[in-house]
Amino acid sequence: MLKERWNDRAGGFHPVSAPDFLPRPQLRELQSRRLQAVVARAWDKVALFRERLQARALTPNDIGGIGDIAALPFTVKADLRDTYPFGLFASPMDEVVRLHASSGTTGKPIVVAYTREDVEVWTEAMARTFAACGLHRGDILQNAFGYGLFTGGMGTHYGAEAIGAAVIPVSGGNTERQIMLMRDFGVTAVCATPSFFVHLVEKAAEMGVDLKSLPLRTGVFGAEPWSDGMRERIEAETGIEAFDIYGLSEITGPGVATECTCHDGLHVFEDHFFPEIIDPATGAALPDGEEGELVLTTLSKRAMPMIRYRTRDITAILTEPCGCGRTMRRIRRISRRSDDMFIIRGVNVFPSQVETALLEVEGTVPHYQIVLTRDHGLDQMTVEVEVTPEVFSDTVRGMEELRARIGRAIEHVLGIRVGLRLVGPHSIPRSEGKARRVIDKRHD
Amino acid sequence: MKISQLSVFLENRPHSLLEPLQALAAAQIDLSGIALADSEQFGILRLVLRDWARARALLQSGGWAVTVTDMVAIQVEDQPGGLVRLLEVLAAAGADIEYMYGFFVRRSGRLAMLFRFAAPERAIAALEGAGVTMLGEDALY
Repeated sequence: MLKERWNDRAGGFHPVSAPDFLPRPQLRELQSRRLQAVVARAWDKVALFRERLQARALTPNDIGGIGDIAALPFTVKADLRDTYPFGLFASPMDEVVRLHASSGTTGKPIVVAYTREDVEVWTEAMARTFAACGLHRGDILQNAFGYGLFTGGMGTHYGAEAIGAAVIPVSGGNTERQIMLMRDFGVTAVCATPSFFVHLVEKAAEMGVDLKSLPLRTGVFGAEPWSDGMRERIEAETGIEAFDIYGLSEITGPGVATECTCHDGLHVFEDHFFPEIIDPATGAALPDGEEGELVLTTLSKRAMPMIRYRTRDITAILTEPCGCGRTMRRIRRISRRSDDMFIIRGVNVFPSQVETALLEVEGTVPHYQIVLTRDHGLDQMTVEVEVTPEVFSDTVRGMEELRARIGRAIEHVLGIRVGLRLVGPHSIPRSEGKARRVIDKRHD
Repeated sequence: MKISQLSVFLENRPHSLLEPLQALAAAQIDLSGIALADSEQFGILRLVLRDWARARALLQSGGWAVTVTDMVAIQVEDQPGGLVRLLEVLAAAGADIEYMYGFFVRRSGRLAMLFRFAAPERAIAALEGAGVTMLGEDALY
Protein backbone atom coordinates (compact mmCIF):
# COMPACT_ATOMS: atom_id res chain seq x y z
CA MET A 1 0.00 0.00 0.00
CA LEU A 2 1.33 3.38 -0.95
CA LYS A 3 -0.17 4.91 2.15
CA GLU A 4 2.00 2.67 4.30
CA ARG A 5 5.06 3.38 2.19
CA TRP A 6 4.94 7.09 2.72
CA ASN A 7 4.43 6.65 6.41
CA ASP A 8 7.32 4.26 6.69
CA ARG A 9 10.02 5.98 8.70
CA ALA A 10 12.70 3.53 7.65
CA GLY A 11 13.62 4.94 4.28
CA GLY A 12 10.07 5.44 3.08
CA PHE A 13 8.38 8.62 2.06
CA HIS A 14 8.14 11.73 4.17
CA PRO A 15 4.59 12.26 5.51
CA VAL A 16 4.46 15.60 3.70
CA SER A 17 4.51 13.65 0.42
CA ALA A 18 1.13 12.00 1.10
CA PRO A 19 -0.83 14.04 -1.46
CA ASP A 20 1.72 13.06 -4.15
CA PHE A 21 0.20 9.56 -4.05
CA LEU A 22 -3.50 10.41 -4.21
CA PRO A 23 -5.34 7.88 -6.35
CA ARG A 24 -6.16 9.49 -9.72
CA PRO A 25 -9.99 9.45 -9.35
CA GLN A 26 -9.74 11.08 -5.94
CA LEU A 27 -7.27 13.63 -7.32
CA ARG A 28 -9.58 14.47 -10.19
CA GLU A 29 -12.48 14.93 -7.81
CA LEU A 30 -10.34 17.29 -5.71
CA GLN A 31 -9.24 19.22 -8.78
CA SER A 32 -12.84 19.66 -9.90
CA ARG A 33 -13.95 20.94 -6.53
CA ARG A 34 -11.02 23.34 -6.27
CA LEU A 35 -11.43 24.61 -9.83
CA GLN A 36 -15.07 25.47 -9.20
CA ALA A 37 -14.12 27.31 -6.03
CA VAL A 38 -11.29 29.30 -7.61
CA VAL A 39 -13.39 30.24 -10.63
CA ALA A 40 -16.19 31.43 -8.34
CA ARG A 41 -13.71 33.44 -6.30
CA ALA A 42 -12.11 35.07 -9.35
CA TRP A 43 -15.56 35.86 -10.77
CA ASP A 44 -16.53 37.59 -7.53
CA LYS A 45 -13.31 39.48 -6.94
CA VAL A 46 -11.41 40.04 -10.19
CA ALA A 47 -13.09 42.40 -12.67
CA LEU A 48 -10.92 41.40 -15.63
CA PHE A 49 -11.75 37.72 -15.20
CA ARG A 50 -15.48 38.36 -14.81
CA GLU A 51 -15.53 40.55 -17.94
CA ARG A 52 -13.76 37.87 -19.93
CA LEU A 53 -16.24 35.20 -18.84
CA GLN A 54 -19.14 37.50 -19.63
CA ALA A 55 -17.70 38.17 -23.06
CA ARG A 56 -17.90 34.41 -23.65
CA ALA A 57 -21.38 34.26 -22.14
CA LEU A 58 -20.04 32.05 -19.36
CA THR A 59 -20.71 32.02 -15.63
CA PRO A 60 -19.01 29.94 -12.94
CA ASN A 61 -22.01 27.61 -13.13
CA ASP A 62 -20.85 26.47 -16.56
CA ILE A 63 -17.77 24.92 -15.00
CA GLY A 64 -18.95 21.55 -13.78
CA GLY A 65 -15.51 20.16 -13.12
CA ILE A 66 -11.91 19.98 -14.22
CA GLY A 67 -13.02 18.58 -17.60
CA ASP A 68 -14.50 21.98 -18.48
CA ILE A 69 -11.29 23.92 -17.88
CA ALA A 70 -10.58 24.47 -21.58
CA ALA A 71 -13.69 26.63 -21.84
CA LEU A 72 -12.07 29.26 -19.62
CA PRO A 73 -10.12 32.22 -21.04
CA PHE A 74 -6.34 32.39 -20.80
CA THR A 75 -4.42 34.77 -18.60
CA VAL A 76 -1.16 36.14 -20.03
CA LYS A 77 1.78 38.06 -18.62
CA ALA A 78 0.54 41.29 -20.21
CA ASP A 79 -2.57 41.03 -18.02
CA LEU A 80 -0.36 41.34 -14.94
CA ARG A 81 1.42 44.37 -16.39
CA ASP A 82 -1.79 46.03 -17.55
CA THR A 83 -3.34 45.74 -14.10
CA TYR A 84 -0.16 46.77 -12.25
CA PRO A 85 0.17 46.74 -9.33
CA PHE A 86 -2.85 45.14 -7.60
CA GLY A 87 -5.51 44.80 -10.32
CA LEU A 88 -5.70 40.98 -10.27
CA PHE A 89 -5.84 40.60 -6.50
CA ALA A 90 -8.80 38.65 -5.17
CA SER A 91 -8.09 39.45 -1.53
CA PRO A 92 -8.12 42.78 0.29
CA MET A 93 -4.75 43.95 1.61
CA ASP A 94 -6.03 43.02 5.10
CA GLU A 95 -5.63 39.39 4.12
CA VAL A 96 -2.43 39.70 2.11
CA VAL A 97 0.68 38.80 4.08
CA ARG A 98 3.33 38.84 1.34
CA LEU A 99 4.09 40.65 -1.91
CA HIS A 100 6.74 39.60 -4.42
CA ALA A 101 7.59 41.17 -7.76
CA SER A 102 9.59 40.43 -10.88
CA SER A 103 12.69 42.45 -11.60
CA GLY A 104 10.82 44.25 -14.35
CA THR A 105 13.68 44.46 -16.82
CA THR A 106 11.20 45.03 -19.62
CA GLY A 107 8.61 47.61 -18.66
CA LYS A 108 6.63 47.40 -15.45
CA PRO A 109 7.34 44.61 -12.99
CA ILE A 110 4.68 42.07 -12.23
CA VAL A 111 3.45 41.85 -8.67
CA VAL A 112 2.17 38.73 -6.92
CA ALA A 113 0.38 38.46 -3.58
CA TYR A 114 -0.12 35.76 -0.98
CA THR A 115 -2.57 35.32 1.86
CA ARG A 116 -1.48 33.32 4.88
CA GLU A 117 -3.18 30.26 3.32
CA ASP A 118 -1.29 30.87 0.05
CA VAL A 119 2.02 30.93 1.93
CA GLU A 120 1.02 27.65 3.60
CA VAL A 121 0.22 25.98 0.28
CA TRP A 122 3.49 27.27 -1.19
CA THR A 123 5.40 25.99 1.83
CA GLU A 124 3.68 22.61 1.51
CA ALA A 125 4.52 22.42 -2.21
CA MET A 126 8.18 23.24 -1.55
CA ALA A 127 8.33 20.76 1.32
CA ARG A 128 6.94 18.08 -1.04
CA THR A 129 9.56 19.18 -3.56
CA PHE A 130 12.42 18.70 -1.11
CA ALA A 131 10.98 15.40 0.11
CA ALA A 132 10.91 14.17 -3.51
CA CYS A 133 14.57 15.21 -3.79
CA GLY A 134 15.36 13.03 -0.76
CA LEU A 135 15.99 15.80 1.75
CA HIS A 136 15.03 15.26 5.37
CA ARG A 137 15.49 16.39 8.94
CA GLY A 138 19.21 16.70 9.68
CA ASP A 139 20.10 17.99 6.23
CA ILE A 140 21.97 21.28 6.07
CA LEU A 141 20.69 23.22 3.08
CA GLN A 142 22.63 26.13 1.65
CA ASN A 143 20.04 28.25 -0.11
CA ALA A 144 21.76 30.28 -2.82
CA PHE A 145 18.52 31.39 -4.48
CA GLY A 146 18.14 35.14 -4.17
CA TYR A 147 16.17 36.37 -1.17
CA GLY A 148 14.08 39.42 -1.80
CA LEU A 149 11.50 40.36 -4.38
CA PHE A 150 12.38 37.18 -6.32
CA THR A 151 10.29 34.24 -5.07
CA GLY A 152 13.13 31.71 -5.22
CA GLY A 153 14.84 32.38 -1.90
CA MET A 154 11.86 32.66 0.45
CA GLY A 155 9.87 29.87 -1.23
CA THR A 156 12.64 27.31 -0.86
CA HIS A 157 13.47 28.60 2.61
CA TYR A 158 9.99 27.98 4.03
CA GLY A 159 9.72 24.56 2.38
CA ALA A 160 13.09 23.37 3.65
CA GLU A 161 12.31 24.47 7.19
CA ALA A 162 8.99 22.67 6.97
CA ILE A 163 10.66 19.32 6.36
CA GLY A 164 13.03 20.01 9.23
CA ALA A 165 16.22 20.78 7.32
CA ALA A 166 18.61 23.40 8.68
CA VAL A 167 18.58 26.26 6.20
CA ILE A 168 21.51 28.61 5.58
CA PRO A 169 19.89 31.68 3.96
CA VAL A 170 23.06 32.75 2.15
CA SER A 171 21.19 34.05 -0.96
CA GLY A 172 23.08 34.53 -4.24
CA GLY A 173 26.51 36.01 -4.80
CA ASN A 174 29.64 36.12 -2.66
CA THR A 175 31.06 32.98 -4.17
CA GLU A 176 34.07 32.53 -1.93
CA ARG A 177 32.00 32.77 1.22
CA GLN A 178 29.58 30.22 -0.26
CA ILE A 179 32.44 27.73 -0.67
CA MET A 180 33.67 28.44 2.83
CA LEU A 181 30.21 27.85 4.32
CA MET A 182 29.77 24.69 2.27
CA ARG A 183 33.02 23.30 3.63
CA ASP A 184 32.92 24.57 7.22
CA PHE A 185 29.23 23.86 7.93
CA GLY A 186 29.23 20.41 6.34
CA VAL A 187 26.48 21.42 3.94
CA THR A 188 24.59 18.39 2.55
CA ALA A 189 22.34 20.10 0.00
CA VAL A 190 22.41 23.22 -2.14
CA CYS A 191 19.68 25.22 -3.83
CA ALA A 192 20.81 27.45 -6.69
CA THR A 193 20.37 28.33 -10.31
CA PRO A 194 22.39 25.77 -12.29
CA SER A 195 24.56 28.51 -13.82
CA PHE A 196 25.46 29.90 -10.41
CA PHE A 197 26.27 26.42 -9.16
CA VAL A 198 28.63 25.85 -12.10
CA HIS A 199 30.28 29.11 -11.10
CA LEU A 200 30.60 27.78 -7.52
CA VAL A 201 32.17 24.56 -8.80
CA GLU A 202 34.78 26.53 -10.73
CA LYS A 203 35.51 28.74 -7.76
CA ALA A 204 35.88 25.76 -5.44
CA ALA A 205 38.47 24.28 -7.80
CA GLU A 206 40.36 27.58 -7.85
CA MET A 207 40.32 27.67 -4.05
CA GLY A 208 41.56 24.10 -3.87
CA VAL A 209 38.33 22.82 -2.27
CA ASP A 210 37.37 19.35 -3.49
CA LEU A 211 33.58 19.28 -3.47
CA LYS A 212 33.63 15.49 -3.77
CA SER A 213 35.31 15.23 -0.38
CA LEU A 214 32.56 17.28 1.33
CA PRO A 215 29.28 15.86 2.74
CA LEU A 216 27.40 17.67 -0.07
CA ARG A 217 25.12 15.10 -1.73
CA THR A 218 22.14 16.88 -3.30
CA GLY A 219 21.66 19.88 -5.56
CA VAL A 220 18.22 21.35 -6.18
CA PHE A 221 18.38 23.53 -9.26
CA GLY A 222 15.84 25.71 -10.98
CA ALA A 223 14.77 29.16 -12.16
CA GLU A 224 16.35 28.74 -15.60
CA PRO A 225 16.42 26.05 -18.29
CA TRP A 226 19.40 23.71 -18.17
CA SER A 227 20.27 20.65 -20.17
CA ASP A 228 20.80 17.01 -19.27
CA GLY A 229 24.39 17.41 -20.44
CA MET A 230 24.92 20.13 -17.87
CA ARG A 231 23.42 17.86 -15.22
CA GLU A 232 25.82 15.05 -16.15
CA ARG A 233 28.74 17.43 -15.93
CA ILE A 234 27.65 18.82 -12.55
CA GLU A 235 27.15 15.32 -11.17
CA ALA A 236 30.46 14.03 -12.54
CA GLU A 237 32.46 16.98 -11.24
CA THR A 238 30.92 17.20 -7.79
CA GLY A 239 29.57 13.74 -7.01
CA ILE A 240 26.14 15.15 -6.10
CA GLU A 241 22.70 14.13 -7.32
CA ALA A 242 21.18 17.05 -9.21
CA PHE A 243 17.40 17.64 -9.24
CA ASP A 244 15.48 19.94 -11.53
CA ILE A 245 12.64 21.94 -10.02
CA TYR A 246 10.20 24.23 -11.75
CA GLY A 247 8.07 27.15 -10.78
CA LEU A 248 7.16 30.70 -11.61
CA SER A 249 6.15 33.67 -9.51
CA GLU A 250 2.84 34.14 -11.30
CA ILE A 251 1.73 30.70 -10.10
CA THR A 252 3.44 30.63 -6.70
CA GLY A 253 7.22 30.65 -7.19
CA PRO A 254 9.32 27.48 -6.93
CA GLY A 255 7.29 24.44 -5.94
CA VAL A 256 5.09 23.97 -8.99
CA ALA A 257 6.88 20.81 -10.14
CA THR A 258 9.89 18.72 -9.19
CA GLU A 259 11.88 15.72 -10.22
CA CYS A 260 11.89 12.67 -7.99
CA THR A 261 14.80 10.25 -7.73
CA CYS A 262 13.75 8.66 -11.06
CA HIS A 263 14.86 11.89 -12.85
CA ASP A 264 12.42 11.26 -15.68
CA GLY A 265 10.39 14.43 -15.92
CA LEU A 266 9.00 16.67 -13.19
CA HIS A 267 5.89 15.82 -11.15
CA VAL A 268 3.48 18.75 -11.16
CA PHE A 269 1.75 19.23 -7.81
CA GLU A 270 -1.49 19.16 -9.70
CA ASP A 271 -3.69 19.12 -6.63
CA HIS A 272 -2.76 22.83 -6.43
CA PHE A 273 -1.41 23.70 -9.89
CA PHE A 274 -3.31 22.15 -12.78
CA PRO A 275 -1.26 21.69 -15.97
CA GLU A 276 -2.49 21.76 -19.55
CA ILE A 277 -0.59 21.79 -22.83
CA ILE A 278 -1.81 24.00 -25.66
CA ASP A 279 -0.76 24.76 -29.20
CA PRO A 280 1.01 28.11 -28.73
CA ALA A 281 -0.15 29.32 -32.13
CA THR A 282 -3.87 28.47 -31.91
CA GLY A 283 -4.44 28.12 -28.18
CA ALA A 284 -6.10 24.74 -28.74
CA ALA A 285 -5.70 22.21 -25.94
CA LEU A 286 -3.38 19.34 -26.86
CA PRO A 287 -3.65 15.80 -25.54
CA ASP A 288 -1.17 14.49 -22.98
CA GLY A 289 2.07 13.42 -24.59
CA GLU A 290 2.11 16.17 -27.22
CA GLU A 291 4.55 19.04 -27.05
CA GLY A 292 3.25 22.56 -26.64
CA GLU A 293 3.03 25.48 -24.27
CA LEU A 294 2.43 24.77 -20.61
CA VAL A 295 -0.67 26.42 -19.15
CA LEU A 296 -1.19 26.38 -15.38
CA THR A 297 -4.20 27.07 -13.18
CA THR A 298 -3.81 27.76 -9.46
CA LEU A 299 -6.52 25.60 -7.93
CA SER A 300 -6.02 26.80 -4.35
CA LYS A 301 -4.65 30.32 -4.67
CA ARG A 302 -6.63 32.97 -2.79
CA ALA A 303 -4.86 36.34 -3.09
CA MET A 304 -4.18 36.08 -6.78
CA PRO A 305 -5.84 33.21 -8.63
CA MET A 306 -4.29 32.53 -12.02
CA ILE A 307 -6.72 30.83 -14.36
CA ARG A 308 -5.14 29.14 -17.40
CA TYR A 309 -1.95 31.18 -17.18
CA ARG A 310 0.21 30.85 -20.30
CA THR A 311 3.74 30.15 -19.07
CA ARG A 312 5.50 30.43 -22.49
CA ASP A 313 7.42 27.28 -21.47
CA ILE A 314 7.50 24.47 -24.01
CA THR A 315 7.06 20.92 -22.70
CA ALA A 316 4.80 17.85 -22.83
CA ILE A 317 2.83 16.01 -20.16
CA LEU A 318 4.08 12.48 -19.52
CA THR A 319 1.30 10.14 -18.53
CA GLU A 320 3.07 6.81 -17.96
CA PRO A 321 3.20 5.94 -14.25
CA CYS A 322 6.48 6.99 -12.65
CA GLY A 323 8.69 4.45 -10.93
CA CYS A 324 8.44 6.38 -7.66
CA GLY A 325 4.72 5.67 -7.38
CA ARG A 326 3.60 9.30 -7.35
CA THR A 327 0.30 9.79 -9.15
CA MET A 328 1.00 13.42 -10.02
CA ARG A 329 1.53 13.66 -13.78
CA ARG A 330 4.95 14.73 -14.98
CA ILE A 331 6.09 17.36 -17.43
CA ARG A 332 9.18 16.83 -19.51
CA ARG A 333 12.20 18.87 -18.42
CA ILE A 334 11.74 22.37 -19.78
CA SER A 335 14.61 23.40 -21.96
CA ARG A 336 12.86 25.97 -24.07
CA ARG A 337 10.74 29.02 -23.60
CA SER A 338 8.82 30.36 -26.53
CA ASP A 339 10.02 33.80 -25.36
CA ASP A 340 13.68 32.81 -25.73
CA MET A 341 13.36 31.68 -29.30
CA PHE A 342 14.86 33.78 -32.03
CA ILE A 343 15.03 33.27 -35.75
CA ILE A 344 18.33 33.28 -37.63
CA ARG A 345 18.12 32.94 -41.39
CA GLY A 346 14.69 31.40 -41.07
CA VAL A 347 15.73 28.82 -38.50
CA ASN A 348 14.20 28.78 -35.03
CA VAL A 349 16.99 28.81 -32.46
CA PHE A 350 16.76 28.26 -28.71
CA PRO A 351 19.74 29.10 -26.46
CA SER A 352 19.51 25.61 -24.95
CA GLN A 353 20.41 24.07 -28.32
CA VAL A 354 23.70 25.96 -28.27
CA GLU A 355 24.37 24.63 -24.79
CA THR A 356 23.68 21.09 -25.96
CA ALA A 357 26.17 21.54 -28.80
CA LEU A 358 28.87 22.97 -26.55
CA LEU A 359 28.51 20.11 -24.12
CA GLU A 360 29.12 17.65 -26.94
CA VAL A 361 32.59 19.11 -27.39
CA GLU A 362 34.92 17.46 -24.93
CA GLY A 363 36.34 19.87 -22.40
CA THR A 364 34.04 22.77 -23.05
CA VAL A 365 32.47 24.07 -19.88
CA PRO A 366 29.18 25.79 -20.41
CA HIS A 367 30.23 29.41 -20.14
CA TYR A 368 28.95 30.98 -23.26
CA GLN A 369 26.72 33.70 -24.52
CA ILE A 370 24.91 34.37 -27.72
CA VAL A 371 25.20 37.80 -29.26
CA LEU A 372 22.57 38.87 -31.76
CA THR A 373 23.35 41.71 -34.12
CA ARG A 374 21.78 43.10 -37.25
CA ASP A 375 23.89 43.64 -40.31
CA HIS A 376 22.23 45.20 -43.38
CA GLY A 377 18.83 44.09 -42.12
CA LEU A 378 19.92 40.49 -41.53
CA ASP A 379 20.05 39.01 -38.07
CA GLN A 380 23.44 37.55 -37.19
CA MET A 381 24.23 35.24 -34.34
CA THR A 382 27.64 34.90 -32.73
CA VAL A 383 28.37 32.39 -30.02
CA GLU A 384 31.08 33.49 -27.61
CA VAL A 385 32.72 30.63 -25.78
CA GLU A 386 35.24 30.98 -23.01
CA VAL A 387 38.58 29.25 -23.44
CA THR A 388 39.45 27.39 -20.27
CA PRO A 389 42.96 26.42 -19.21
CA GLU A 390 41.93 22.78 -19.80
CA VAL A 391 41.22 23.25 -23.49
CA PHE A 392 43.78 25.96 -24.20
CA SER A 393 46.58 24.81 -26.46
CA ASP A 394 49.80 26.73 -27.05
CA THR A 395 49.61 26.02 -30.78
CA VAL A 396 47.46 27.93 -33.24
CA ARG A 397 46.59 24.62 -34.89
CA GLY A 398 45.31 23.21 -31.61
CA MET A 399 43.11 26.23 -31.08
CA GLU A 400 41.82 26.22 -34.64
CA GLU A 401 40.89 22.58 -34.18
CA LEU A 402 38.97 23.43 -31.02
CA ARG A 403 37.17 26.21 -32.86
CA ALA A 404 36.32 23.88 -35.71
CA ARG A 405 35.02 21.19 -33.32
CA ILE A 406 32.76 23.70 -31.57
CA GLY A 407 31.64 25.16 -34.89
CA ARG A 408 30.75 21.72 -36.26
CA ALA A 409 28.84 20.78 -33.10
CA ILE A 410 26.76 23.97 -33.26
CA GLU A 411 26.12 23.57 -36.97
CA HIS A 412 25.09 19.96 -36.38
CA VAL A 413 22.50 20.93 -33.77
CA LEU A 414 21.15 24.14 -35.35
CA GLY A 415 21.48 23.18 -38.99
CA ILE A 416 23.03 26.54 -39.82
CA ARG A 417 26.51 27.97 -39.51
CA VAL A 418 26.81 30.82 -37.05
CA GLY A 419 29.61 33.10 -35.89
CA LEU A 420 31.90 31.75 -33.22
CA ARG A 421 34.34 33.69 -31.08
CA LEU A 422 36.70 32.25 -28.52
CA VAL A 423 37.04 34.60 -25.57
CA GLY A 424 39.25 34.63 -22.49
CA PRO A 425 38.31 32.91 -19.24
CA HIS A 426 35.91 34.88 -17.03
CA SER A 427 35.28 37.44 -19.76
CA ILE A 428 31.59 36.53 -19.88
CA PRO A 429 29.81 38.05 -16.89
CA ARG A 430 28.79 35.43 -14.30
CA SER A 431 25.22 35.44 -13.18
CA GLU A 432 24.43 35.32 -9.53
CA GLY A 433 20.86 34.52 -10.41
CA LYS A 434 19.45 33.59 -13.76
CA ALA A 435 22.09 33.38 -16.48
CA ARG A 436 21.80 35.94 -19.23
CA ARG A 437 22.59 33.81 -22.26
CA VAL A 438 21.47 36.08 -25.05
CA ILE A 439 22.75 39.60 -25.62
CA ASP A 440 20.48 41.22 -28.15
CA LYS A 441 22.14 44.14 -29.92
CA ARG A 442 19.80 44.07 -32.90
CA HIS A 443 18.09 47.30 -31.92
CA ASP A 444 21.11 49.21 -30.67
CA MET B 1 67.35 20.24 -20.55
CA LYS B 2 63.80 21.52 -20.93
CA ILE B 3 62.79 25.13 -20.69
CA SER B 4 59.33 26.02 -19.43
CA GLN B 5 57.37 28.35 -21.63
CA LEU B 6 54.12 30.07 -20.74
CA SER B 7 51.40 30.46 -23.35
CA VAL B 8 48.59 32.93 -22.76
CA PHE B 9 45.32 33.06 -24.67
CA LEU B 10 44.62 36.53 -26.04
CA GLU B 11 41.35 37.70 -27.43
CA ASN B 12 41.51 39.59 -30.68
CA ARG B 13 40.77 43.04 -29.26
CA PRO B 14 42.67 46.22 -28.32
CA HIS B 15 44.84 46.02 -25.18
CA SER B 16 44.78 42.23 -25.03
CA LEU B 17 48.59 42.08 -25.38
CA LEU B 18 49.20 45.03 -23.10
CA GLU B 19 47.22 43.82 -20.10
CA PRO B 20 49.09 40.60 -19.22
CA LEU B 21 52.44 42.30 -19.79
CA GLN B 22 51.38 45.15 -17.50
CA ALA B 23 50.52 42.60 -14.83
CA LEU B 24 53.97 41.02 -15.12
CA ALA B 25 55.74 44.38 -15.17
CA ALA B 26 53.90 45.50 -12.03
CA ALA B 27 55.26 42.39 -10.29
CA GLN B 28 58.81 43.16 -11.49
CA ILE B 29 58.93 39.99 -13.57
CA ASP B 30 61.58 40.04 -16.27
CA LEU B 31 61.02 38.40 -19.66
CA SER B 32 63.78 36.63 -21.56
CA GLY B 33 61.87 35.68 -24.68
CA ILE B 34 58.53 36.64 -26.18
CA ALA B 35 56.70 35.48 -29.29
CA LEU B 36 53.22 36.04 -30.62
CA ALA B 37 51.18 33.65 -32.69
CA ASP B 38 48.07 35.11 -34.15
CA SER B 39 45.11 34.03 -36.19
CA GLU B 40 42.23 36.07 -37.47
CA GLN B 41 40.27 35.25 -34.35
CA PHE B 42 42.70 35.18 -31.43
CA GLY B 43 46.32 35.34 -30.42
CA ILE B 44 48.67 33.22 -28.34
CA LEU B 45 51.31 35.04 -26.36
CA ARG B 46 54.35 32.91 -25.60
CA LEU B 47 56.80 33.87 -22.91
CA VAL B 48 60.11 32.44 -21.79
CA LEU B 49 61.33 33.64 -18.44
CA ARG B 50 63.22 32.47 -15.41
CA ASP B 51 60.39 33.31 -13.03
CA TRP B 52 57.79 31.34 -14.99
CA ALA B 53 56.10 29.73 -11.97
CA ARG B 54 55.39 33.06 -10.32
CA ALA B 55 54.32 34.57 -13.64
CA ARG B 56 51.93 31.68 -14.25
CA ALA B 57 50.32 32.02 -10.82
CA LEU B 58 49.99 35.76 -11.32
CA LEU B 59 48.41 35.48 -14.76
CA GLN B 60 46.06 32.68 -13.72
CA SER B 61 44.82 34.62 -10.73
CA GLY B 62 44.28 37.55 -13.08
CA GLY B 63 41.92 35.40 -15.13
CA TRP B 64 44.07 34.44 -18.11
CA ALA B 65 44.17 30.94 -19.57
CA VAL B 66 47.81 29.89 -19.24
CA THR B 67 49.55 26.65 -20.16
CA VAL B 68 53.11 25.57 -19.57
CA THR B 69 54.92 23.91 -22.45
CA ASP B 70 58.33 22.23 -22.50
CA MET B 71 60.71 23.90 -24.92
CA VAL B 72 64.17 22.75 -25.85
CA ALA B 73 66.97 25.31 -25.89
CA ILE B 74 69.67 24.33 -28.33
CA GLN B 75 73.04 25.96 -28.69
CA VAL B 76 73.59 26.99 -32.27
CA GLU B 77 76.93 27.76 -33.84
CA ASP B 78 76.88 31.44 -34.76
CA GLN B 79 78.19 30.95 -38.30
CA PRO B 80 76.75 30.15 -41.74
CA GLY B 81 75.19 26.70 -41.76
CA GLY B 82 74.97 26.48 -37.97
CA LEU B 83 71.22 26.17 -37.98
CA VAL B 84 71.19 23.94 -41.04
CA ARG B 85 73.36 21.32 -39.35
CA LEU B 86 70.98 21.33 -36.40
CA LEU B 87 67.89 20.99 -38.57
CA GLU B 88 69.49 18.13 -40.48
CA VAL B 89 69.85 16.20 -37.23
CA LEU B 90 66.22 16.84 -36.39
CA ALA B 91 65.01 15.94 -39.88
CA ALA B 92 66.94 12.70 -39.84
CA ALA B 93 65.36 11.82 -36.48
CA GLY B 94 61.86 12.70 -37.72
CA ALA B 95 61.42 15.23 -34.89
CA ASP B 96 58.50 17.46 -35.84
CA ILE B 97 58.90 21.13 -34.99
CA GLU B 98 55.66 22.76 -33.89
CA TYR B 99 57.21 26.21 -33.80
CA MET B 100 60.41 28.00 -32.82
CA TYR B 101 61.59 31.36 -31.63
CA GLY B 102 63.34 33.49 -34.27
CA PHE B 103 66.43 33.68 -32.16
CA PHE B 104 67.33 33.85 -28.57
CA VAL B 105 70.42 35.70 -27.35
CA ARG B 106 72.07 34.47 -24.21
CA ARG B 107 73.65 36.93 -21.85
CA SER B 108 77.04 35.46 -22.61
CA GLY B 109 76.63 36.58 -26.22
CA ARG B 110 76.34 33.09 -27.64
CA LEU B 111 73.26 32.07 -29.61
CA ALA B 112 70.61 29.68 -28.46
CA MET B 113 67.43 28.79 -30.29
CA LEU B 114 64.21 27.66 -28.72
CA PHE B 115 62.12 24.92 -30.27
CA ARG B 116 58.73 23.51 -29.53
CA PHE B 117 58.68 19.86 -30.62
CA ALA B 118 55.66 17.66 -30.99
CA ALA B 119 57.66 15.02 -29.09
CA PRO B 120 60.40 16.72 -27.06
CA GLU B 121 61.94 13.49 -25.68
CA ARG B 122 62.53 12.13 -29.12
CA ALA B 123 64.15 15.35 -30.33
CA ILE B 124 66.38 15.54 -27.27
CA ALA B 125 67.58 11.97 -27.77
CA ALA B 126 68.41 12.69 -31.40
CA LEU B 127 70.27 15.88 -30.55
CA GLU B 128 72.19 14.21 -27.76
CA GLY B 129 73.18 11.43 -30.14
CA ALA B 130 74.51 13.99 -32.60
CA GLY B 131 76.52 15.77 -29.89
CA VAL B 132 74.44 18.96 -30.05
CA THR B 133 74.60 21.11 -26.90
CA MET B 134 71.33 21.88 -25.21
CA LEU B 135 70.91 24.32 -22.38
CA GLY B 136 69.02 24.05 -19.13
CA GLU B 137 67.41 26.97 -17.34
CA ASP B 138 70.54 27.58 -15.28
CA ALA B 139 72.68 28.00 -18.36
CA LEU B 140 70.09 29.99 -20.25
CA TYR B 141 69.18 32.82 -17.91
